[in-house]
Amino acid sequence: MQPIRKYLSSVWQALFGDPVRAFGVVSLILLLALAIAPAKEHFSQWHSYQRKYLALIHDRGDALSLRRRFVPGIHQIWLPELGVVDRCTTCHLGLNEASLADVSQQPFRKHPVVPHSLDGFGCVICHGGQGQATTIAEAYHSERAGEEPILPTRYIESGCGQCHQNALPGTPQLNLGRTILTRYGCVHCHAITRPDGSKVEATDHPPSLAHIADKTTREWIFSWLKDPQAYAASTTMPNYKLSDGDASDISAYLVSSSKPQAGDSAAPSAKPAAAADPAAGPSLYGESFCASCHAVQNAAGNLVGGDLGPELTRIGNKAKPEWLAAWLENPRVYDSTTPMPNYRFTPQQNATLVAFLQAKSDSDFGTGVHLDAASPQQIAHGRKLIVELGCAACHEINGVQGPENFAPDLSTIGSKPLAQIVFLPGMEHSLPSYIAAKIRQPRAFGSSVKMPQFTLTAAQTDALTTALLALTARSRAIPDNLRVAAVPDTKYQPAGHAGKLIAELACFSCHRFNGRGGDMAPDLTWEGSAVQRQWLMDFLHNPNTLRPSLIRRMPRFNLSDSDNKELTDYLLTVYQSPAIDADLFSAITNSADAVEHGRQLFYSKYACQACHIVDTKADKGYIGPTLTQVGSRLTPGWVYAWLKNPQALRPGTTEPNQNLSDDDARALTAFLMSQKGPGGRGAKQ
Amino acid sequence: MMRRSTASMTIGISAAITLLSFATLAGCKHSKPANAGLKATAQGTALVESSGDHQVGVTGTALKDPLVVQVNDDQGTAVPGALVEFHGSAGVSFDPAAAITDSGGQATTSVTLGAIAGRYELSAATPGKVKPVSLEIVETALGYQERVGSILADKYCSRCHDPESSPQRVSNYDNLEVKPHSFTDGSTLNKMSDADLTSIILHGGPALNRSALMPPYGITLMASDVKALIAYTRAVSDPPYQPPGTVYERK
Repeated sequence: MQPIRKYLSSVWQALFGDPVRAFGVVSLILLLALAIAPAKEHFSQWHSYQRKYLALIHDRGDALSLRRRFVPGIHQIWLPELGVVDRCTTCHLGLNEASLADVSQQPFRKHPVVPHSLDGFGCVICHGGQGQATTIAEAYHSERAGEEPILPTRYIESGCGQCHQNALPGTPQLNLGRTILTRYGCVHCHAITRPDGSKVEATDHPPSLAHIADKTTREWIFSWLKDPQAYAASTTMPNYKLSDGDASDISAYLVSSSKPQAGDSAAPSAKPAAAADPAAGPSLYGESFCASCHAVQNAAGNLVGGDLGPELTRIGNKAKPEWLAAWLENPRVYDSTTPMPNYRFTPQQNATLVAFLQAKSDSDFGTGVHLDAASPQQIAHGRKLIVELGCAACHEINGVQGPENFAPDLSTIGSKPLAQIVFLPGMEHSLPSYIAAKIRQPRAFGSSVKMPQFTLTAAQTDALTTALLALTARSRAIPDNLRVAAVPDTKYQPAGHAGKLIAELACFSCHRFNGRGGDMAPDLTWEGSAVQRQWLMDFLHNPNTLRPSLIRRMPRFNLSDSDNKELTDYLLTVYQSPAIDADLFSAITNSADAVEHGRQLFYSKYACQACHIVDTKADKGYIGPTLTQVGSRLTPGWVYAWLKNPQALRPGTTEPNQNLSDDDARALTAFLMSQKGPGGRGAKQ
Repeated sequence: MMRRSTASMTIGISAAITLLSFATLAGCKHSKPANAGLKATAQGTALVESSGDHQVGVTGTALKDPLVVQVNDDQGTAVPGALVEFHGSAGVSFDPAAAITDSGGQATTSVTLGAIAGRYELSAATPGKVKPVSLEIVETALGYQERVGSILADKYCSRCHDPESSPQRVSNYDNLEVKPHSFTDGSTLNKMSDADLTSIILHGGPALNRSALMPPYGITLMASDVKALIAYTRAVSDPPYQPPGTVYERK
């Protein structure tokens, strides 16, 4: 103890023994203390980056102009109405410098071209992270409460989705994610409200199970519940990982609660044609274009066909023949809102198709499933499970109410605080990794998690994560004038007997009218102005293909003559564009000079044969519709208006607007209207 | 007295710094090697690409198709059980980063490109029987603008400009008397300036005294669309496109 005390007192003496020396020492200490702040700034991370930036531009040819634009110190983008205080540009100094395009060294790279200016939107709106921070650790990697690490590039499109509620052409991943959200039925259980207050609606069509026993057997339901993807690889039904007992009890409740539907059990009245002609089934399936909506797995294991209806690879394992016959006879008896059209098959065709579909079965599916008759306790247990698992959130089930708010609301999932999340061991502590992991394997987060296992590819999981990350608190706080609203389908409903026909034929499944309907086939909102009466009658009677390169085509509905006339009249009367002058060409269409002039323009000046065929021998264009009969198909007023501005009549159509003069458009119209096709079908009129 | 204490403090601090930097270095050395736990049972003499080269992906996302390489011996027969390691520049990740070739002599990995748009030169390497063998692979990552261009090209251009035909999407290339240039045809397109490409897109083939089969898109497309299309063709160009003008390099 003694030597230390002695040592300290000698130090004290050395420093402060003499008043002059003491003054000097105190001044030195004061000077050092005053130097702390400037030194801290000098050695700060951002300062060192600014020095590196100056070194980087020093030797460049454009150093002078770059240095003139360089301002030392902390930079800040402050946008009060967006809540943006971003200091990222303090270090990211080359973001707006076009001439730094060749620099790959971060943080000095030029920002890639995007539609928005950095000064107008700042950085964190798209990239996440902490805008006010001036160190890498705080700006990018902070996990503190209320803070969020920077968004990985793979989810960057979620930034766009905060303001853009509509589908943008440049954000395919976000658009896909939003489609999955509605198509996989996520929103049946999880409510999502957009910032403008509208609800995200599901676009899938989970079948009603109220009459399920008419359709299939309890054994099939059991196998399906155990592993839906084993029956149909493409189904959106998730796997609930049920035990044998639970699956058996649920199937027992569904079958026991099912109410028979009149007509479902009647035996088919006609014999299938398959016995006489084995090709009848496949050819009827083909010419009815079932594959436009339904997929079937081919020998190579690839799905071929559309995804609007359920996959039919093993339909024979599932559907009872009586039910299938009744369904094909009129699908709306079993399910009044189905997207499946009523084909009006003859009894013979119906039987042929039933036999063909019944043969689509897999002997390996559901083998060895033998369920004993269920006891009342088992049935009651099945009902309990159905309530617990929320089956009725998607499916109509007799005796079970559809639950409200069954799963957590996801309207602001993109701003979920990290402090509220229980991460799995070894998991990266960030919101994107949590959401992606929850989608990938929900049950890994605990055995009590009810969320089932979905079958999604890695790209689909990324897309869905992107769409969920866009649901931020910020997206609700931004000013209304910056928000681009979603464009949901209208509730348009055609009226009268024709309206009933349009519903029966499910025209809306593929075509769009007045802002409602599918996108598989052309928008028919102005169809009445476009086509001629006789052509439409013929087309509805027997649709022939207009675009040779398409694989999905309009099926043939066996319409009666009166229904055909009714529908034609309705389409021609109601779907009229005010922009088309119907009388425009009554006088000049037949002028031979105009036709010849139009031909010249068609083949030389505008080279339309690149995409269209007028003369089947000479022309090869394979993109646009074949125009050999265009004179009997379209009205001159429509052709003229289309040539002048295709996008005005059908937004987004690929034919470019060639800025035709009125004279050129008239001549081309005259030439096209002279194309009446072989046999001159149009000449009859 | 004072001097001695300062000196000892200096020694102490420098010792601490040295210790710390050793610790950091040691930490780096201890990072897990890519081939941890993989045991090669065979070695080949050649490495060939099987599929997955020359893909065009999007920054920060996994490429659509996996990268598959094959290890062969000097007879050209596939070698199962050989170790293959994948390497790329910063930001590129491989899943897995190293693999043992399967019964067909092939090693498969999923590639995620970095956040920066452009060409990525990756490599696969195998120790080899005689000497290490490596294989260069080129992938391209599109940024936002180039991807908008690729989507537009898919809608408006590729039906004629892409000679590849499939049952789902039949190419119109063979039907055209004057053959359009593929967007990857760098030997032709690299010679055309941005201004030329812009005017041919805006005003059609005749603007540059070329075929009228190429229609004008000046009204249908926005100016930003045209820029995006050009950025896309430049990004996928093979051989790669070198922008004109002064290249600023460090002396």
